[in-house]
Amino acid sequence: MIGPASGRASLHHGKPYSPVTTVPRRPPADVIVPKVALDSISLSYKTTSGERLLALDNISLEVKAGEFLCIVGPSGCGKSTLLHLIAGLHPQTSGNVFVDGTPVNGPGTDRILIFQELGLFPWLTVGGNIEFGMKMKNIGKAEREEKVQYYLRLVHLSKFRDSYIHQLSGGMRQRVALARALATDPDVLLMDEPFAALDAQTRDLLHDELERIWAETGRTIIFVTHNVREAVRLGDRVALLTFRPGQVKQEFPVNLPRPRHMEQPDVARTAGTILDCLRTEINKSLEAEYADEKNR
Amino acid sequence: MKKIAKQVVFYSALLVLWTLLAKLHIWPPYLFPPPWGVGHALWDGFADHSFWIGIAVTMKRMLIGYSLSIVIGLILGLAISSNKFLEETLSGLLVSLQSLPSICWIPLAVLWFGLTEKAILFVVLMGSLLSVTIAMEDGRKQMPKIYGMAGRNLGASGFRLFWSVLLPASLPFIVNGMKQGWAFAWRSLIQAEMIFLSLGLGQLLMMGRDLSDMNQVMAVMIVIIILGFAVDGLIFRNLERRLQLKYGLTT
Repeated sequence: MIGPASGRASLHHGKPYSPVTTVPRRPPADVIVPKVALDSISLSYKTTSGERLLALDNISLEVKAGEFLCIVGPSGCGKSTLLHLIAGLHPQTSGNVFVDGTPVNGPGTDRILIFQELGLFPWLTVGGNIEFGMKMKNIGKAEREEKVQYYLRLVHLSKFRDSYIHQLSGGMRQRVALARALATDPDVLLMDEPFAALDAQTRDLLHDELERIWAETGRTIIFVTHNVREAVRLGDRVALLTFRPGQVKQEFPVNLPRPRHMEQPDVARTAGTILDCLRTEINKSLEAEYADEKNR
Repeated sequence: MKKIAKQVVFYSALLVLWTLLAKLHIWPPYLFPPPWGVGHALWDGFADHSFWIGIAVTMKRMLIGYSLSIVIGLILGLAISSNKFLEETLSGLLVSLQSLPSICWIPLAVLWFGLTEKAILFVVLMGSLLSVTIAMEDGRKQMPKIYGMAGRNLGASGFRLFWSVLLPASLPFIVNGMKQGWAFAWRSLIQAEMIFLSLGLGQLLMMGRDLSDMNQVMAVMIVIIILGFAVDGLIFRNLERRLQLKYGLTT
């Protein structure tokens, strides 16, 4: 069917093109290629009791370059798992993740995930943590030094360069994680409920900082949270996931002017609309939780 | 400060008791030497360099054998902890092998390598290898998974992931096993040296016995105790404490 003269085959130097392997669906060339595209992602896994559980069901989402997308959903809907898939830390059962139209195959420094637990390295100083990704990319010492200083300034931690992680407050650790992620120069930042464990004041401050950094650096951000107001405060668009299996229930564009604030009436109003939609999912998750308890 | 004072009193009392017992001449001095006799033997041993040479030879063997066991043990432990098949098979074998006192490897080592330096190193290696391997395996399991993920996420893979992330992340969990490995290696080495009679502190000990020189026997014993204690107390305990401070494991 596909002969040696085929244009496609000639692209695959060395490896012969095999028509048997499934070719990932690519978007047509005349459409602007989204920065990140999720194409019917599903994930199922075996639970300890041996049954198969569908965690994510046929999720398709597109994120434009420079867009700030927030994903909300009840706990247990697979929001975090979705970020792990985009980061390439875990393979999906079916479907594809595309970055700039190229399917993702394992982790890459074009997408950096900021974990809920951060995962900062306690054996390295703040500076060492920020430098880590650049070292792995074999970036020269002078450039690393310059960038470490730049990102320390960006997150206002220049004085803490030589501190160890356990010596910092929660908000400062968040900022180190942000700086460490940005320093590898990713196109896409994946953030997994990064501010969930912080007090309200620190969280508000970090919202402002994140918005500023996003505007300054033009990164694409996919931000997972269970807090709808936070999602409206930050996002250009909010995608709502259903409870198990996680599906995209609805997407809400947020066209409010920036900078926004959590307590703003129009932020609260928009959040209210989304929350109404989310409530049925939260109830489902609660029901499932109670059912689990009854079964015990 | 108070603790040190207590220790000074305790050891002085011990010394006085020893002197008194020696002065009473219950046992002949060639069986129960007085403290000054042992002190003299210590002085002579260091003055004629025989103790220095013994220490140097023993420590050299220790360093080579122990370093080897660390390198091999870390690789082996890493392999076991990242491969389910090895974990279910080799891991059990290693634990059962650990019940074998490492001095039991001597007959095998002699037949394989002859009465050579290699045979001694082999015994030292077998002394600590299992502890280090098991510690590395445990460390990998106890280490929070997030560090490995964060490392891969930031672009580390293969050897660099191991060296820059997995190893430092599991270090607080491994250091105890390394300490235990050192203690085992130290015992096996002295035992091996006593049998092989090829320099080292073990041979000095046996030489004392052959010459019926109880002063030398006890002097060498003291040197062995102090050396073993110094490495354990000064190096490993210090390392543990510094790791805990740095990693924020203590407050």
